[in-house]
Amino acid sequence: MSIFVDENTKVIVQGLTGSQGKFHGLRNKAYGTKVVGGVTPGKGGTDVEGVPVYDSVQDAVAATGATASFIVVPPKFAPEAILEAAAAGISFIVCITEYIPAKDEAMVFNVLRRNYPGTRLLGPNCPGILSPGKCNIGITSGDIALAGGPVGIVSRSGTLTYQALNELSLKGVGQTTCVGIGGDPVPGTTFIDCLAAFEQDPETKAVLMFGEIGGSDEEKAAAFIKENVTKPVVSYIAGVTAPPGKKMGHAGAIVSGGMGTAQAKMDALAQAGVHVARNPTEAGEIMVDIVKGL
Amino acid sequence: MDLFEYQGKQYFARYGIPTSPGGVADSVDEAIKQAKAAGFPAVVKAQVQVGGRGKAGGIRLVNNEQEAKEAAEFILGLDIKGHVVKRLWIEHASDIKKEYYASFTLDRNAKLHLAMVSAKGGVDIEEVAATDPEAIKRLHINPIDGISYDQSLELAKSAGIDQEALEGVASVLVKLYECYTLGDADLAEINPLILTPQGKVHALDAKVTLDDAAAFRHPEWDAFRGVSELDGRERLAKEKHLNYIGLEGSVGIIANGAGLAMSTLDVVNQVGGSAANFLDLGGGAGADVMAAALEVINTDDRVEVVLVNIFGGITRCDEVAKGIVDALSSVEMRSPIVIRLDGTNADEGRRILADADLRGVIIEKTMIGAAKRAVEIVDEGASK
Repeated sequence: MSIFVDENTKVIVQGLTGSQGKFHGLRNKAYGTKVVGGVTPGKGGTDVEGVPVYDSVQDAVAATGATASFIVVPPKFAPEAILEAAAAGISFIVCITEYIPAKDEAMVFNVLRRNYPGTRLLGPNCPGILSPGKCNIGITSGDIALAGGPVGIVSRSGTLTYQALNELSLKGVGQTTCVGIGGDPVPGTTFIDCLAAFEQDPETKAVLMFGEIGGSDEEKAAAFIKENVTKPVVSYIAGVTAPPGKKMGHAGAIVSGGMGTAQAKMDALAQAGVHVARNPTEAGEIMVDIVKGL
Repeated sequence: MDLFEYQGKQYFARYGIPTSPGGVADSVDEAIKQAKAAGFPAVVKAQVQVGGRGKAGGIRLVNNEQEAKEAAEFILGLDIKGHVVKRLWIEHASDIKKEYYASFTLDRNAKLHLAMVSAKGGVDIEEVAATDPEAIKRLHINPIDGISYDQSLELAKSAGIDQEALEGVASVLVKLYECYTLGDADLAEINPLILTPQGKVHALDAKVTLDDAAAFRHPEWDAFRGVSELDGRERLAKEKHLNYIGLEGSVGIIANGAGLAMSTLDVVNQVGGSAANFLDLGGGAGADVMAAALEVINTDDRVEVVLVNIFGGITRCDEVAKGIVDALSSVEMRSPIVIRLDGTNADEGRRILADADLRGVIIEKTMIGAAKRAVEIVDEGASK
């Protein structure tokens, strides 16, 4: 099994006619994902290499029965695109757009929470979701994943998500689903959402979790694991050696006033029974041992 | 982008938040002129982006031209925790009856905006939060609903703001929220927000951090640029739109994505090396961005080896490889480069590098392998 998506998930791509939308949308399709349509206002009736394009999400949903959307549009248009997808009944939205203003993110998150509680947003500023051999929505290169489980991956930062996949695949350990939640200040999906889903998924036997400095989401995840997760969890927190007071990227990854340090997060996770690694490679090695013992 | 106090006050003024009239001075002569224009007594304030200016002697009250001259001479060039003062803000001195605190920021936990108000202003608010948390009143605001004047008034009351200041504080809160939201600030903070003996409420300081992601809808922000406190390396990187932070070590780091860049720092440090910088190319970097990154790293004479760690997603490794080849045809690199490429179009990227047969370029297959190789090169250099 996989979480949030599977081999039957029908996906539309908002922004399919743009260069990034075309490249990644078609790559997702080539991977085997059911990419059933694209949306670009004003370009309805055309197609992108055989994938039909619609003027609105509503039209695309009516014609294709899609339940998921992959949003690849510039920051100026992304908030509206997310809300359009939710209003059209899309239940799973992946938005990879980077540099959406924080105010817009906060507004979109709260509109979804209040008006569309059944809609899950993954991102923004995330690599997407990949269930090896079944479905790939986003910008992750599908060839770095390995099908067949038994590990679920959840990771905050984009490229580090790929590193997580890479560490396991190189060692012959497959994945059930890999979710990159993104490092923006107001992510639609959190560590906890993914941990809860992996706990419920019978095929996922262990979880690899990559976090980073800043904020307190990893600490909250640790508290959740302690109470609710019975499967083994291995974690790595990026920024163990980051100097305090320096903002490391748009992610809001900053250590200030002793808050959000890697050490505090690692301590919280260790106390929750999580196996804490010092770097991605070590995390992969620990996971290999755990999988061998299953 | 962090604003200086005078910029923050200019920004407040756009949203109708009352501040003291004043002006900017970069020289002693200008300072005297601005002090006379503001009217004595006046306050001469160092413009640096660091707390504790007052304690360091960076804020002075002056009663006449001679004192203004002496204050400006003392403060200009003063080193406050590593920040050298190049600019002053001079305003008419306010009579202070009470000092309060007000701010808006995002509460990432609640995913709501957060207002904080305290009747104990004028001091370090983190200290108040630690010693007397009850003195700070908090209100979560859903962005859909915003904050009304009546809610602001209730918040001010609950924080113990004096009766005569309540309406003034509530009105400032409504305007500060507009500055924070419409103005796309990550933080809008007034400390102190003062009550004068005449019963007026106004901002005596301004701390504003702008959300760089919203720059596309704020052409007025252009005026704030070009006066930041970045060092030479950081300024060059900023011109090239790279996310760069200078550090002290000898391994120059280039990675795509903040998380992978941080992780590269971790691995380099753990295998016995030390990072000279943090550099995140961002998402979807093309050949030109990669070339710019190498150029920036090459200006740093601390760097003994460059470690390029790319995991392609939206970034395509063939583009990255082209950037490296381009850069090396025009820039004479001072140090060898260790490269790890994985992900989108990685095979093509590796082939481009192999075909170009570049001197001083070493390709490694894994992140940890690349970090170890880079540190070995530094160690070999040290033993020579």
